[in-house]
Amino acid sequence: MSPVLHASRTKQASLAERSEHSEHNPLSVHAVTVAYHRKPVIWDVDFDIEPGRLVAIVGPNGAGKSTLVKACLGLVPRAAGQVEFWGGSYATSRSRVGYVPQRESVDWDFPVSALDVVCMGRYRKIGWCRPVSRSHKRAATACLDRVGLADLAHRQISQLSGGQQQRVFLARALAQEADLYFMDEPFAGVDAATERAIVAVLRELRDEGKSVLVVHHDLQTVRTYFDDIVMLNMRVVATGPVNEVFTNENLHKTYGGRLTLLSEAAEAVARAGAGAP
Amino acid sequence: MNPGTSITEVLEILTFRSGFNTTVVIGGTALLGLAAGVVGVFALLRKRSLLADAVSHATLPGIAIAFLTAGLLGMEPRSLPVLLLGAAISGLAGTGAIHLIVHHSRLREDAAIGIVLSVFFGLGIVLLSYIQSEAATGSAGLNAFIYGQAATMRTADVLLMGAIAAVSIALPAVLHKELALVCFNADFARVDGWPVARLDLVIVALIVLVTVAGLQAVGLLMVVALLIIPPAAARFWTERLWVLLVLSGFVGAASGYAGAAISAAFPNRPAGAVIVLTAGFFFAVSMFAAPRRGIAAALIRRARLRLRIVCDHVVEAMHDAGVDELARTDFADLIGNLGWSPRLVAPVRLVLAQQRLARPRPGGGLSLTEAGRARGRRVSRNHALWTRYLITHADIAPSHVDWSVDQVEHALSAELIARLEADLAANPAARPEPRAAKKASA
Repeated sequence: MSPVLHASRTKQASLAERSEHSEHNPLSVHAVTVAYHRKPVIWDVDFDIEPGRLVAIVGPNGAGKSTLVKACLGLVPRAAGQVEFWGGSYATSRSRVGYVPQRESVDWDFPVSALDVVCMGRYRKIGWCRPVSRSHKRAATACLDRVGLADLAHRQISQLSGGQQQRVFLARALAQEADLYFMDEPFAGVDAATERAIVAVLRELRDEGKSVLVVHHDLQTVRTYFDDIVMLNMRVVATGPVNEVFTNENLHKTYGGRLTLLSEAAEAVARAGAGAP
Repeated sequence: MNPGTSITEVLEILTFRSGFNTTVVIGGTALLGLAAGVVGVFALLRKRSLLADAVSHATLPGIAIAFLTAGLLGMEPRSLPVLLLGAAISGLAGTGAIHLIVHHSRLREDAAIGIVLSVFFGLGIVLLSYIQSEAATGSAGLNAFIYGQAATMRTADVLLMGAIAAVSIALPAVLHKELALVCFNADFARVDGWPVARLDLVIVALIVLVTVAGLQAVGLLMVVALLIIPPAAARFWTERLWVLLVLSGFVGAASGYAGAAISAAFPNRPAGAVIVLTAGFFFAVSMFAAPRRGIAAALIRRARLRLRIVCDHVVEAMHDAGVDELARTDFADLIGNLGWSPRLVAPVRLVLAQQRLARPRPGGGLSLTEAGRARGRRVSRNHALWTRYLITHADIAPSHVDWSVDQVEHALSAELIARLEADLAANPAARPEPRAAKKASA
């Protein structure tokens, strides 16, 4: 696990002093490199997220999209680089950050109900050793309602469909009442109703001035769902507002030869109508 | 097998009336089972159950070293607290070795557990044989830790069990919210600011505590069973964490109680093995008979689903053929044509009548009710929609469609059907003709 790569430069001064970053930004990522077993996974990644924006990370398989999210949150060690939240460290801003992990990352055959999982988003507000009070349960139920699952609050989580499980994870993140959200592939393998529910929630969050960073795989929907985009293939190929940087040229740089395959697949999906398997 | 044991004696043992020593042993193993059942839930949910096996085997060198050290220091070498302290230290050293291997090599935890378990156990065996050849005095009892010897339990040991049971219930009671969070989703817990490594350490410490406590009664080879089997058995009966904790503690306590009592009633049956067998019995019963998660329930569910599918096919075929009534022989032919066994004729007729889809007619025939006709219409439409969907959207050759249709048409959700109908309305060219793709088998 020991990272062997050395960063070309590591500056420990606050990123806010650099012209390209600002302490008003929820997230500033500067020169971040991550390596597993000597092999670099992401290299010298640099981008900012502004308040009130929906941001997609796109890139081919193995581009390091999930790794980038995990590196920001400290779940994988960074070999080099800095990540700042509102111009400060993650430890001081933790309570303002929410997280939706990949759905497959947990065992859903766990003896808890949907409401129990959403309540987990309230735990840091509840604190050590104290039971979940009625008011916290009400707040969690309201979050389930926002994703359209209030009726299934007491259903055991293994008896939910994949899309419903994804919405439970989203509701748990809402229960965290954060200002910046990280979502790892929330649209992966979900049904149309779940996709609509997630998009509606994302827009509500943006209207409340919050920012969301979403690992996304469906190029078809990038323009309609997102404001900004980070195009990633180990390095950042392009980043900025979708209508400026989401171009054919950048797509080719990001996906290389694989794009033709992808666009064929995308056309097939478009022909087939929304949500074909 | 043991003519000396009468029913009365067994009853006396089970009700704690057969003498102080037996009562002490039974009480001690029941408390041990209770503690192991509660702690085992978190080991199971964190998927660390096998860690207990490594811990228990890793205790053996610690026991031997504690024995030698106490002898050198002029203390009573067979004092149980000293030996258990040595066991706990070397058990913890074993988990530390597993941690080192996992974090400084590319080996996974299962391989690391295998390595640590066998190497520590081997070291323990070497040390034990050295003790037995060198210092023959007073070393006889050490072998008991391998297979366990519940009969050697004294009042002080039971008090120790009671204290350990109290800790193993109190810690999870206070920390169950945090421990459950770490077991379910450690990454989320870490991002949320919880000290995952320290909470994991609480679970590991509880595992070591219970394992060491079980060495005397159950022995290091089998103590892992007390941590794994009760929660695994209890899991069949509930979907609620606190119910699981209570049930698992109960199964563990009942196994310890019944196992020790049975072994007391039949001398020469080692208590540890009987306790584990009792727990195994609880597990087998749970796995077979539990509602919802048990094997019997699954078989019944599958049979019901299969009958429902056959019924749907029957009403669909009758709808497509435009018949409302079938004589007995026609009905049997239909079941055969649909590819089902003739043994299903009677049950299908019964279920159709039960669900009020058809009225049985004298002579073994049946006639559809209004509900049956409506059901047939709906299934037929589902089938046609799904067939068309597969052909147009999934690029499946038409000759391969029928097989998959027969399996999945019963799983179509109302939402998917609505989408398909909208899709068809938008593409009239793709409008299906009912049964168009169906093979000419029916």
